[in-house]
Amino acid sequence: MEILVCVKRVPDTAENEIEVDSDGADIERDDLVYSVNEWDNYAVEEAIQIVDNVGGVVTIVSLGDAESEEIVRREMAMGANNGILVSDDAFERSDGKGVATILKAVVEKGNYDLILTGAQADDGAGQIGGMLAAMLDVPYASVVNSIEVLNDAQLKIGREIEGGNQEMNEIALPCVLSIQTGINEPRYVGIRGIRKVASVDIPVLGAADLGIDAAGVGESGARVKRIDYFVPQLGEGAEILEGSNEEVAGKLIDLLKAKGGIK
Amino acid sequence: MAAQVFAYIEHKNGVADDTALELISAAQKIYPDASKTAIVTGSGAGLDAVCIDLSASYAEVWKFDSEALAYPNAEVIRKLLVAVLPPDAVVLVPHDTFGMDLSPGLSIRLDSVFVSDTVDFEGFEGDNLKVIRQEYSGQVSTHVLADLSAGAVINIRPGVFQPDESKSAAGQVVDKSSETGELTATRRFLEIVEAEAGDVDITKEDILVSVGRGIEDQDNIEIAEELAAAVGGVVSCSRPIVDAKWLEKARQVGTSGQTVKPKVYMALGISGSFQHLGGLKGNPFIVAVNKNPKAPIFQIADVGVVEDLLDFVPVLTEKIQEGK
Repeated sequence: MEILVCVKRVPDTAENEIEVDSDGADIERDDLVYSVNEWDNYAVEEAIQIVDNVGGVVTIVSLGDAESEEIVRREMAMGANNGILVSDDAFERSDGKGVATILKAVVEKGNYDLILTGAQADDGAGQIGGMLAAMLDVPYASVVNSIEVLNDAQLKIGREIEGGNQEMNEIALPCVLSIQTGINEPRYVGIRGIRKVASVDIPVLGAADLGIDAAGVGESGARVKRIDYFVPQLGEGAEILEGSNEEVAGKLIDLLKAKGGIK
Repeated sequence: MAAQVFAYIEHKNGVADDTALELISAAQKIYPDASKTAIVTGSGAGLDAVCIDLSASYAEVWKFDSEALAYPNAEVIRKLLVAVLPPDAVVLVPHDTFGMDLSPGLSIRLDSVFVSDTVDFEGFEGDNLKVIRQEYSGQVSTHVLADLSAGAVINIRPGVFQPDESKSAAGQVVDKSSETGELTATRRFLEIVEAEAGDVDITKEDILVSVGRGIEDQDNIEIAEELAAAVGGVVSCSRPIVDAKWLEKARQVGTSGQTVKPKVYMALGISGSFQHLGGLKGNPFIVAVNKNPKAPIFQIADVGVVEDLLDFVPVLTEKIQEGK
């Protein structure tokens, strides 16, 4: 099976507090730690496990600036076969439809049976997989938390729906699936793994390579545009208890007792 | 001419989902004088009950009754909507696992914009609707301009807009079942596998000590268990803890886990994403312990402690034990 996995480089929210910059134009990006989007990492692991079981090739693609090459390499170190970086100034500030248009061109340069994305990203909208599938006119399923290969033409997949329940479906190949976290346990990538792929060639494709009309993507093609960031003011917020841990614990115990929080 | 807004209605066992009335308020916020049409798809007797009920709240209720619609398969419903909607329709859909499945592709088929997981609207600038969304699990908000001139598919976060209970529409149900076109699919629904029951039922507990990413390591779960034992509660958790397989799925609070209604909820190292908070009902007294003062959980908590839970919680537990 030929599998393409779309991955994105994002600020790692486990490592950073996200703050708005002084004029609200962006988040504060100095000193941010970036990593591969968590959902995408599960998608890569799933692709590798499928290929381990039924054979095939896993290709990683990332749309972003030159720095995204590092996450393509990291995901290749997990065991993916190929990597592609898609990068062009004309692609910057694309909306969801722009990103899907660019990825469609990547898909059409290959011969993929299965395309995986993460179900969402912390700075995204959970939209790329569904848009890409519609553009390619292939079936789609979102928030997928299990995949079983039935045969060359069909998968049995589970979707994580509300209440912890799972919705089982049969889906025809080729198709696009967006992957939910928890579907597997992504393997650890050590320094040695990264070193192994350090010199692997990762081709960089731009608008001309992909035959994309630059006017239809990027900022000029975007019909949905983020214009600023701000800090939400929701309600009054918590009463923050101050003092040493001992003092705070004492105050909290009084409050808990009053509210039935200590039996 | 006033805009025509369509709302996709989710329903189950003859009862419309809470979002059905929330979408009215969202539509009203976008276009104060919008004509609002509910779209109800399904099969059999329960469908009529939903349609009749909603006709009190929507000017028109479009009913689509077909065996092929018995289970809401997004692929089938996407085909249906493309067949029946006017080209510049503005369609509102709840942002849940169905809406995530349906809407991005629908916007491509309708050649209109898609705006995901919206929480508020601030009017128009020309053709552009000014939308509020959140990023980074609610740590920051953004204004987004969406060009609605060719229609739009807008996903609305459940539980954010007040349900419109006025029931003042005196609308009518229109049976459009003959207009759907062919409803075949390349993705076939098989069955729902119910979540496994765990060794505790967190939905029945008055005191929950809930842990999130801030617990850092599986071995540290013990810290929460000791606090839970001291206060007479049980341990629950947020999604990353279940993803890491540190606790069983039955202990997960959130839209993809359990809906709980405790009297007291202690959120330890939980940032407070809307998916997590979506599982927290009944207005509990919420205590948040988090080292990140920007964590959204502090906005909804009653009391907050800005501290690493690994440092603070053992002190708290010991003090409670001393007092007993």
